[in-house]
Amino acid sequence: MKLKLPNPGLEDRILSHDELERLEVEEAGDRPKWDNKAQYMLTCVGFCVGLGNVWRFPYLCQSHGGGAFMIPFLILLVFEGIPLLHLEFAIGQRLRKGSVGVWRTINPYMLGVGIASMCVSFLVSLYYNTIIAWVMWYFFNSFQEPLPWSQCPINANRTGLVSECERSSPVDYFWYRETLNTSAAIDETGGLQWWMILCLISAWGVLYVCCIRGIETTGKAVYVTSTLPYVVLTIFLIRGLTLKGSVDGIKFLFTPDLNELANPSTWLDAGAQVFYSFSLAFGGLISFSSYNSVHNNCEQDAVIISIINAFTSIYAATVIYSIIGFRATERFDDCLSGNILTLLNTFDLPEGNINQSNYQEVLHSLNSTNPDIISNLHLKTCDLNSFLSEGVEGTGLAFIVFTEAITKMPLSPLWSVLFFIMLFCLGLSSMFGNIEGVLVPLQDLKVFPKSWPKEVISGVTCLVCCLVGLIFVQGSGNYWLALFDSFAGSIPLLIIAFSEMIGVVYVYGIDRFNEDMIFMIGHKPNIFWQATWRVISPLIMLAIFIFYFSTIVTKEIFYIAWDPESENFPTLEKKPYPSWIYVIIFLLAGIPSLSVPGTAVFRAIREYCCKKHPSAPVQEIDSVSYKVHIQDEELKPQKVTEI
Amino acid sequence: MLAGVLLLIFLPPLVAKDLCKDSQDGFKVRLSIKTALGDDAYEWNESEMFLFRSTLAYAMRKQTKQDTYNITNILVCNDTQRVSFVFVVTSPDDPDQLIPKEQIEEAVRQNKHRINNAFLLSDMTLEFVGIPPTLAAPIIYDTEPWLIVFGVVIGAVAVGIVALLMSTVSKKRRAKEKAAGLSEEDEGTVKENGTALSGLGGKEGVYNQTFSNDNRFTEL
Repeated sequence: MKLKLPNPGLEDRILSHDELERLEVEEAGDRPKWDNKAQYMLTCVGFCVGLGNVWRFPYLCQSHGGGAFMIPFLILLVFEGIPLLHLEFAIGQRLRKGSVGVWRTINPYMLGVGIASMCVSFLVSLYYNTIIAWVMWYFFNSFQEPLPWSQCPINANRTGLVSECERSSPVDYFWYRETLNTSAAIDETGGLQWWMILCLISAWGVLYVCCIRGIETTGKAVYVTSTLPYVVLTIFLIRGLTLKGSVDGIKFLFTPDLNELANPSTWLDAGAQVFYSFSLAFGGLISFSSYNSVHNNCEQDAVIISIINAFTSIYAATVIYSIIGFRATERFDDCLSGNILTLLNTFDLPEGNINQSNYQEVLHSLNSTNPDIISNLHLKTCDLNSFLSEGVEGTGLAFIVFTEAITKMPLSPLWSVLFFIMLFCLGLSSMFGNIEGVLVPLQDLKVFPKSWPKEVISGVTCLVCCLVGLIFVQGSGNYWLALFDSFAGSIPLLIIAFSEMIGVVYVYGIDRFNEDMIFMIGHKPNIFWQATWRVISPLIMLAIFIFYFSTIVTKEIFYIAWDPESENFPTLEKKPYPSWIYVIIFLLAGIPSLSVPGTAVFRAIREYCCKKHPSAPVQEIDSVSYKVHIQDEELKPQKVTEI
Repeated sequence: MLAGVLLLIFLPPLVAKDLCKDSQDGFKVRLSIKTALGDDAYEWNESEMFLFRSTLAYAMRKQTKQDTYNITNILVCNDTQRVSFVFVVTSPDDPDQLIPKEQIEEAVRQNKHRINNAFLLSDMTLEFVGIPPTLAAPIIYDTEPWLIVFGVVIGAVAVGIVALLMSTVSKKRRAKEKAAGLSEEDEGTVKENGTALSGLGGKEGVYNQTFSNDNRFTEL
């Protein structure tokens, strides 16, 4: 596969190996640097390990055959995740620029890839920080006993509990009503929720403090934000294992069902999870590795970070499911006790006659003697497995299921504070990478005047994002967020990643890339890297993209809404999107995706137009005297007078 | 005569039972002692029933402010193994007349706390069927706790931003002063092989004439 696309002028745009060496030795240049390797590794780990590891992976694992899901996950990790990660690290380290700079250097026609990365990073930053604002809201509310989501509030005339809460549950009510104050449909804006605005401001404020001077400040912040989640996960694991029912949860999670491997959607979900979990194609990783020393062993870094990411996913899944097992067991016990009480009360039997072990036989005997009474009682069916498999992903997991589990533990405020600090750190460390993917391209594209200091640029960016992010704090904000999550953060990334691979392997040239690797790390990447970079990974990306695109385009898209007036309340109601949403979807997914070919076309048109005008820029002469002249600019007046 | 005496003896309890059983003004009570106390559960016997009747009489006394209520005014029937029974309250002035339901409900409601405590039970485990438990008053905070935590966090963020911006400003000012100091001695900077030895700028070094560019002396 020695295919190489023509790429004139590449040599002039990149620094040669000698220049890189000199840059390294003299430590010249105004590019920021990592204080030490640990900062770099922690920042990358923090960027990769995010909320998805905690609330997406455990759900996928459990719903696609438990332990068997590890097989497609690990296979795709090796053949898709690690090669892409290594590629991004290597190209950033070699070309020493952010994403826009890198693609402009490789070929000016590929500038669109950098711009697409910037757009996606911007859109994702908007809604991701809103999730962090929600986490902060719960964190602020965790400092009271009893927790506000542990019981329903009393209604206005003190006669009973609030109806919406009574029909659903205290945790649902607190999430949908007191946090989001959600409207019933996406067209109903519901107005801005002032408490959420305060939380949004605090989320962007904290982010600004950490990003104010770029990696100089984030490098210090990651010591806390990247390590604290592991500490909290361990604390929760120990706490979880001492609770009743936790082992059932873990067993439920990991019980393998090998039949799921035959289902193509399992492989698709595994591929998508690996891809999104690594935060590839955002441009942040390229930026981070460009601050490294040029001889940094990026191959080793890629492998280490991938292993850490996979390990964190599995570890978090274990912890989450131990707590979910506890909650499911509590719910099962409550359900059964409720039924037992009903039976005792109806038949006036002494307490203790019916317990969990003999419930079935007693029910059976009572049913044979008094079937009509039993049927009138409407006893609930209590099934532990159905409690374990209740929709447990995304915000539902964190803000409904887990918070409910916390209320059942002793010392609930403590566990709540720990849990939300962990989510906050996970989210914030991912935001560092997203913001990096927005700020550095903005600087490369010279959007801001050069005289503006870094602090002002990051301040303006954070302010703009905060203001645009107000969409998500209105009544329908939750639906907008789901929209952004499904469309802005999915298809464009796949296109960008595919273009990245093609760009590096075929436009930059795999031969040149291999030589660069020999220069940087001392040896040529082995056959595994060659095969994956050239063929396997692009094919996998293409396959995932085709599947994803076809499912989105063919399926009718709808969203799930919390509508107290619907018949199936408290089950969320499926509603179709209004027609004007399709325009928004096209903008979200289309603008980043189309900027990849669009910029190339735009540039080609501009080149063509410029060729017609004779005002072409002066060509630089490749001669010694010309070059020497430029170097000694300051000596020019002296040279004239000296003999 | 004997029949009349027998009737007189047996009539009140029979009448009482009828009053209790058929009455519309009775309440069913359910106790779940084992659920509430587990291993410390006491056994339900006549003495406990005696205590119950006396607490109810106490509740009626408190509510009506009449000290005439006695334990004989509380009639109990339909005892079951569940530990549930029905009771009615007769008027102290006329044993055949029952106190209406609403009044009993009011009395129980106002004194539920005392009745519960007498039996070491709670609203959940000592049920009066038809009398819903009074809901606890919601806790009203002067300042919501979340606003306090929010204030702390925003304060820390503001302090952080100000501190970092101040440090940048002071760094810039120091760099400007250094540059100003440098430009004064710019005439004396030695230029050798095309690179400016700016390291000498701030130091009070010896000015070596051999390497200086004495253009101002040799200008034509």
